[in-house]
Amino acid sequence: MRALFLLLIAGYASGAAAALALGSGALSRWASALGAIVGASAGLALAAGVCIRGATFSLDAPGFFGPVGGMAFTLDSLGAVFLALTSLVAAPSALYGAGYARLWEGRPALRQVGFMLNVFLLTMSLVPLADGTLTFLLVWEGMSLSSYFLVMTESDQPEVVSAGQWYLAMTQIGLACLLGSFLLLQSGGPGGFSALRAAALTLPPGTRDAVFALALIGFGSKAGLIPLHVWLPRAHPAAPSHVSALMSGAMIKMGIYGLLRVSLDLLGGGPAWWGGLVLALGAVSALLGVLYALMEHDLKSLLAYHSVENIGLITMGVGAGLLFGSLQMPAAATLALVAALYHTVNHAVFKALLFLGAGAVLHATGMRDMNRLGGLIRGMPWTAALFLVGSAAISGLPPLNGFVSEWLLFQSLLPGIGAPSPLVAVLMVLSLGMLALTAGLCAACFVKAFGITFLAIPRSPEAAAAHEVSWSMRAGMVVLAVACLVLSIGAFEIVPRLSSFVAPLVGVAGPAPSFSVGLALQTPGGFARMSPALVAAGLALVVLTAWLAVKAFASRRPVRVGETWGCGRVVQTPRMEYTATAFAEPLRRIFAAVYRPSEDVSIDFHPDSRYFVQSISYHSAIVPWFERYLYAPVISRIRSWSERVLALQSGSAHAYLTYLVLALVLLLGWLVVTGQP
Amino acid sequence: MSPWLLGPVQAALALLLAPGLVGAIRWMKARLQNRSGAPPWQPYLELRKLFAKEVVVSNNASWLFRAAPFIVFGSTVAVTLLVPLLAVPLPFDGAGDLLVVVYLLLLGTFFLALAGLDPGSPFGGMGASREMTVAALAEPTMALAIFALAWSAGSTNLGHIAARVLATPTEALAPGHVLAFAAIFVVTLAETGRLPVDNPATHLELTMIHEAMVLEYSGRYLALIEWAAALKLLVFFTLLGNLFAPWGIAAALTPGALLWAVLTLVLKLLALGGVVALVETHIAKLRLFRVPELLSASFILALLAVTASFLLR
Amino acid sequence: MGLLSKILRTGIVTEPLGAGDSEVVHLVREVDAEARRLFGRALGIREVDSGSCNGCEIEITGLMSPVYDSERFGFHFVASPRHADLLLVTGPVTRNMEVPLRKTYEATPDPKLVVAVGDCARTCGVFAGSYAVAGSVDSVIPVDVFVDGCPPEPTHILRGILTALQSGRA
Repeated sequence: MRALFLLLIAGYASGAAAALALGSGALSRWASALGAIVGASAGLALAAGVCIRGATFSLDAPGFFGPVGGMAFTLDSLGAVFLALTSLVAAPSALYGAGYARLWEGRPALRQVGFMLNVFLLTMSLVPLADGTLTFLLVWEGMSLSSYFLVMTESDQPEVVSAGQWYLAMTQIGLACLLGSFLLLQSGGPGGFSALRAAALTLPPGTRDAVFALALIGFGSKAGLIPLHVWLPRAHPAAPSHVSALMSGAMIKMGIYGLLRVSLDLLGGGPAWWGGLVLALGAVSALLGVLYALMEHDLKSLLAYHSVENIGLITMGVGAGLLFGSLQMPAAATLALVAALYHTVNHAVFKALLFLGAGAVLHATGMRDMNRLGGLIRGMPWTAALFLVGSAAISGLPPLNGFVSEWLLFQSLLPGIGAPSPLVAVLMVLSLGMLALTAGLCAACFVKAFGITFLAIPRSPEAAAAHEVSWSMRAGMVVLAVACLVLSIGAFEIVPRLSSFVAPLVGVAGPAPSFSVGLALQTPGGFARMSPALVAAGLALVVLTAWLAVKAFASRRPVRVGETWGCGRVVQTPRMEYTATAFAEPLRRIFAAVYRPSEDVSIDFHPDSRYFVQSISYHSAIVPWFERYLYAPVISRIRSWSERVLALQSGSAHAYLTYLVLALVLLLGWLVVTGQP
Repeated sequence: MSPWLLGPVQAALALLLAPGLVGAIRWMKARLQNRSGAPPWQPYLELRKLFAKEVVVSNNASWLFRAAPFIVFGSTVAVTLLVPLLAVPLPFDGAGDLLVVVYLLLLGTFFLALAGLDPGSPFGGMGASREMTVAALAEPTMALAIFALAWSAGSTNLGHIAARVLATPTEALAPGHVLAFAAIFVVTLAETGRLPVDNPATHLELTMIHEAMVLEYSGRYLALIEWAAALKLLVFFTLLGNLFAPWGIAAALTPGALLWAVLTLVLKLLALGGVVALVETHIAKLRLFRVPELLSASFILALLAVTASFLLR
Repeated sequence: MGLLSKILRTGIVTEPLGAGDSEVVHLVREVDAEARRLFGRALGIREVDSGSCNGCEIEITGLMSPVYDSERFGFHFVASPRHADLLLVTGPVTRNMEVPLRKTYEATPDPKLVVAVGDCARTCGVFAGSYAVAGSVDSVIPVDVFVDGCPPEPTHILRGILTALQSGRA
């Protein structure tokens, strides 16, 4: 195990070094990718060792940062799940990145991305391993900073710079909250996580609530919970595609990891309002995330909002788990947390697949705007098929993995209706409704995303000229697509294992409920049973039988190719197809109260008569309302205060000397008064 | 008869009955319009004709256009294996529950919408957009209605729900059940493209939802899609009939019991078809932007159903 | 329930199909037995107005009415030529409708039939020689049956379609 850990570090480190040392060509690209793949494989093996073989791993490194406490690493089963999903997403993304980086051939950006990517992956892999406040915060900040540099790769574009600023601000605010949270936690006594766990029992409830609240804000902003998600739709499109895949696939999950670690493990669960708050935040994030995703026609922004939505779904599971734990319903709590963890893994896989697909589209056409794409299924058949798999998975369609974890999430919310408190029951019912609506809207959004981007006729010459991407990019996507199917069919094995990791955390005495019977998943008390493997097999069998039967009995006439029926119009141009904006228009009207779109119509009349129109222009914009009502006032307030404080920075050396003397006098005075030596 | 054989027998029966159900509703509507109309077995003749016709495919369409009819048809037939058509317990009850049924139907809708977008025709795009809107808005109602039923039955697996109502007949009149029935009836009208949500016989493209997506299909592909749509109607009617009023379902797999099950199923289908025919004759089609109001009303019904189930357990 | 009681009071008003006028229906080409067998009981009809004055359209609308009820023969009007087996064409083919008519014909899958309704469809009627007219329907697409009349009665139109299906037995 120790060897694997060292190989993890060595792999990423060598990848980083190779990126710097080997110039800006193919060798550097492949060497850094190879280092990352080695590191990721080591991470996966390490996680598998803990998850499957039940091994333990612990490493103390007091030599690093010795004066402030040293670093320590431990891998338990909860952390192993997150390490596994990070590695699972890192390897295909790195492979993909090797081909994608040809974009920066000969430019310093290639070295920078190679280096930063490996640093990012290393620090991110170390987050689930961190044991102790210092270690955790160090690797956490390392992860944030390295991803910031990755986001800023193409810093010649203004929106990238703006995205970087938002991202940096949000991560630092998060860090401040985390710092506060951990400091409060440590007031019970310093030490590694095991010491903190023991000390947390002695903390007064007010402190525990404060720790939880600060952790929720800090980890929630990393995860992308509404309203702290504003950096997501800016940073993900700005970053290179395989970086977006990693950020969406793995990094935001670290927020979930942190939340689980602090609230469930270190604090050991809390009062019901913790779970209720998290559940409500999750439900709102899920619904608003998908609603805003529907209105996007930039492919990567759409995927970023879907990350917000899925984090909302995961958070619903976490909240339900916390809530049931506090209501003394351990079996229900276990099921909810298992659903959340499983969806975390599934989302990592299919979201990474989707981002890699979007990256392939960007690579081939240079565009992300769906309204300028179309018809890519002909030029990029592999990418199209793989993106279709990702779309079906995220829409929760059987027999893929998204459906299985959403099924588990549905089933886990159901026991809440029978909870003793009517408030909880109402919350559960509303959450169920929002979950179902989110799932339906997600399917609608991905019909749009896949259909407008890949189907029908190309809407621009770049789209018409698109051709398939290199084998390494395709290989990365294929691995993830296969993982989607495997995670679905293998649910009967995976779910019991996840349950065994989670059950001790919610206080289940004895063996953990397995939620699995034969090839099927089963909820406690035999309430519901479902087998993804049988559903997949049945579906395949029926479709095959239908195909054979039709082949045998239907007409033998060959298929004739003709024009699309358009009521006999003379010619068809891409202008006659549906656009992404048009596709989402009914939903925009229906949910206008949420979107509050601004609409602007200006009509140019003929100078001689108002009855003749020369041109009409229509402009519509949606500004998310929390940006308008929450962030904009806060930002302007901070600006005005900063300008007032600016008065202190007069530039005069005399003034600064005066400040120094004043501070010295005040400090001496305070020491005299409090009698400190 | 081996219990595992029940699955394929159910599927075959559903395939056989579905076009007849659509034909019966059309016949009833014709009679309500004071004309003699086509005989109730007309859709069988239409299907047979379609299978023999040539297939014309758009030059803009891709492999998805040709694969979609099989996926739509396959997913709907897979659903018939999971619903309690003839007997409980169902052999595949452990493979899928009511949620699986809903999501398999969503799978079909997903691919049909994509197939509407594929040829690049504006009608197909419009149909796809509207169909996904209606499907998304009908989801919360279905989920809550399912849970209202499941809560009182103690399971979301269909065989259990039907068995539970068989065991305690007074359950059928429980307020939770009645409200859930009303909610699922509205969802049935929405999902199967019946008035007042969508007119199955319209020729005006701007009023179409389901039909607009299939305007490009011909020959055997069209036959598969029409058959799948009929199957979807049969599945929803079966859920309405055999989950809320399961009397007649065979408890044992004897020929007598099965025959009686088929007879009662046909009666229930015809009764529900009659209700739909009456509704379609009396109500005009709703504007598209009124449909969310209808679906919100059904959502409230489902919410009340869950509350009633919970309060009166 | 005023509507329901009115329905019950009115009863079925469909009249049996009259014998029609054999002078009016012209069978131009023999329809092959396979198509006849295929469409004998289920026929999808796509109506194409290639420039008519809509007089024929009003009579065709009468076909779907309760009195003439074309559906009892297995005919139903379809929304797209891809779903159609028979094209019901009216009007002299105007220049602007020439290409759409041909495209409609090409969009229809085989086997297909064409029934041209009205005097305008066969001889361009009162519009013959106009600058806006390209020619009669059979100059654009192959026609199987002509039904004369300006406009022809629904009975004659039905007889025309049935003639196309049965070739000879009027």
